[in-house]
Amino acid sequence: MNISEKILAKKSGKDKVSAGEIVDAKVDMIMVNDITAPLAIESFRKIGAHHVWDNQKIVMVLDHQTPAGSVKAAELHKMMREFAKEQKIKSFYDVNEGGGVCHQVMAEKGYVTPGTLVVGADSHTCTYGALGAFGTGIGSTEAAAVFATGKIWLKVPEAIRINVKGRFQKLVTPKDLILSIIGQIGADGATYKTAEFAGSTLRDMSIGGRMTLCNMAVEMGAKNGIVEPDEKTRKFLEGRTDKALESFESLRSDPDASYEKVVELDVTDLEPQVSCPSSVDNVKSVSKLVGVKIDQAFLGSCTNGRLEDLQLAAGILKGKKIKNSVRLLVSPASQEIYLQALREGLLEIFVEAGGFVCNPTCGPCWGGHFGVLASGEACISSSNRNFIGRMGSPKAGVYLASPATVAASALAGKIADPRELEA
Amino acid sequence: MMVSGKAVKFGDNVDTDVIIPGKYLVFIDPRELAQHAMEGLDPDFVKKAKDGVIIVAGKNFGCGSSREQAPLALKYAGVKCVIAESFARIFYRNAINIGLPVAECKDISRKVETGDMLSVNLETGTVKDESKGTTLIAAQLPPFILEILSDGGLIENLRKRMKQK
Repeated sequence: MNISEKILAKKSGKDKVSAGEIVDAKVDMIMVNDITAPLAIESFRKIGAHHVWDNQKIVMVLDHQTPAGSVKAAELHKMMREFAKEQKIKSFYDVNEGGGVCHQVMAEKGYVTPGTLVVGADSHTCTYGALGAFGTGIGSTEAAAVFATGKIWLKVPEAIRINVKGRFQKLVTPKDLILSIIGQIGADGATYKTAEFAGSTLRDMSIGGRMTLCNMAVEMGAKNGIVEPDEKTRKFLEGRTDKALESFESLRSDPDASYEKVVELDVTDLEPQVSCPSSVDNVKSVSKLVGVKIDQAFLGSCTNGRLEDLQLAAGILKGKKIKNSVRLLVSPASQEIYLQALREGLLEIFVEAGGFVCNPTCGPCWGGHFGVLASGEACISSSNRNFIGRMGSPKAGVYLASPATVAASALAGKIADPRELEA
Repeated sequence: MMVSGKAVKFGDNVDTDVIIPGKYLVFIDPRELAQHAMEGLDPDFVKKAKDGVIIVAGKNFGCGSSREQAPLALKYAGVKCVIAESFARIFYRNAINIGLPVAECKDISRKVETGDMLSVNLETGTVKDESKGTTLIAAQLPPFILEILSDGGLIENLRKRMKQK
């Protein structure tokens, strides 16, 4: 079996499962946020259940519309607070200490550990595979059913194994790798499947980089992304969780594990990649886009709002000024990251360069309550989607790229290759 | 379970941001959501769907965000069923869970035109194009999914199962 199958077998009380089989699995943790929780709460009431199955296993995070940008959003937040209070759900992340973008919070606060099954009412729940967990996105009604029963039916997915070797060139990042993979596999190339990332490049990659890869697995349709846990995983979780970690030995794919497809990649010559409007698989090398004018640059999100992303961008922006025709929005993915970035002087670099530092939020990424685009505008973004209207006007264009490419482009006022700026 | 209605056709990779843009997700009343269904692709869709339509689409329908507001908006706008060549998995589950029938049917977007009168038998997977006099075969739904759909969604299904216990 591969890692994902091993996790699903264990969670459904079986010795073995194989692709295509439908299992009834026990959920270890469930996460809901402020655009999915309100409907989940309504559905939970309609089911007629009075108590959630386990209030220690539910995490609620306010992140999409934080701080509330409208009275309607504020009412939804209030509804969530009241539900958490009523059900005695302690893991509630409000607009205060410990808060941030849900997937970052789930990882930072130790809710995701290797070998667990974590579902979340957000499509980017697949991020958790970076820590060797089976993480997958669900909708609100299904979240309500998990609130009531602690269980979910899942079809054991076919798997695609992506073996990656080689070392990245300077200023080329895991984001460039995942954009390149999505460009090759296509927006529906991994639909219903597991994307298992492996190889020497993965072993050298930080947990943050692995999160970026797994996060965007859903952009090729995948049910989950996953990476074998290792010492880096253990180190990341140190001090973040009290849970005894299970042996990682049982979380390795067997040598005879079956894969629908095995893809071999080498990042040695990989150029920075950019996904062009309006489909994530519309990916080109940055050299083909240099010079495309931009109006906004966004650095943040569950894909690339971590400390290492901010450090990378700050390294490029330090002592320089962005083009005054550009709005650079920086949103650290969590309060923890915000504080670290503040202490390291990164936020000062962004502000001195002419950027706006915003609070941790999904905000601009999904065209929610601020940072939106007008018609005819273009944005280069470190986030994960560039669909029509995603960041505001349906007549605006969104280019997805790495934090390095976002920073370099903000300086140039147009799409730029960060490697050239460095020279 | 039979559903019928006129086809309204869309292309590949219809994402949930165009089905219901993020700015409307402050609404949780499905009737309010329905007023903006498919706004990103066809501002007149709501008028067309009013009397009951079947969406026909290409590959990867419903990709992107997990927002259940997407199938809810379609259902309350008057969509009786979505037949696509393939679906993104979260949309597929969400649609079933809220009681919006979905069917996967190879080549459907090449064989059906907007305006064709369709009738779908969800048990057998038969899709009849009454305007053209042709019949297509969609993938059959497993019995437990059919049961959720015929109960009207996962909530009703769970209520029923909890009562039986």
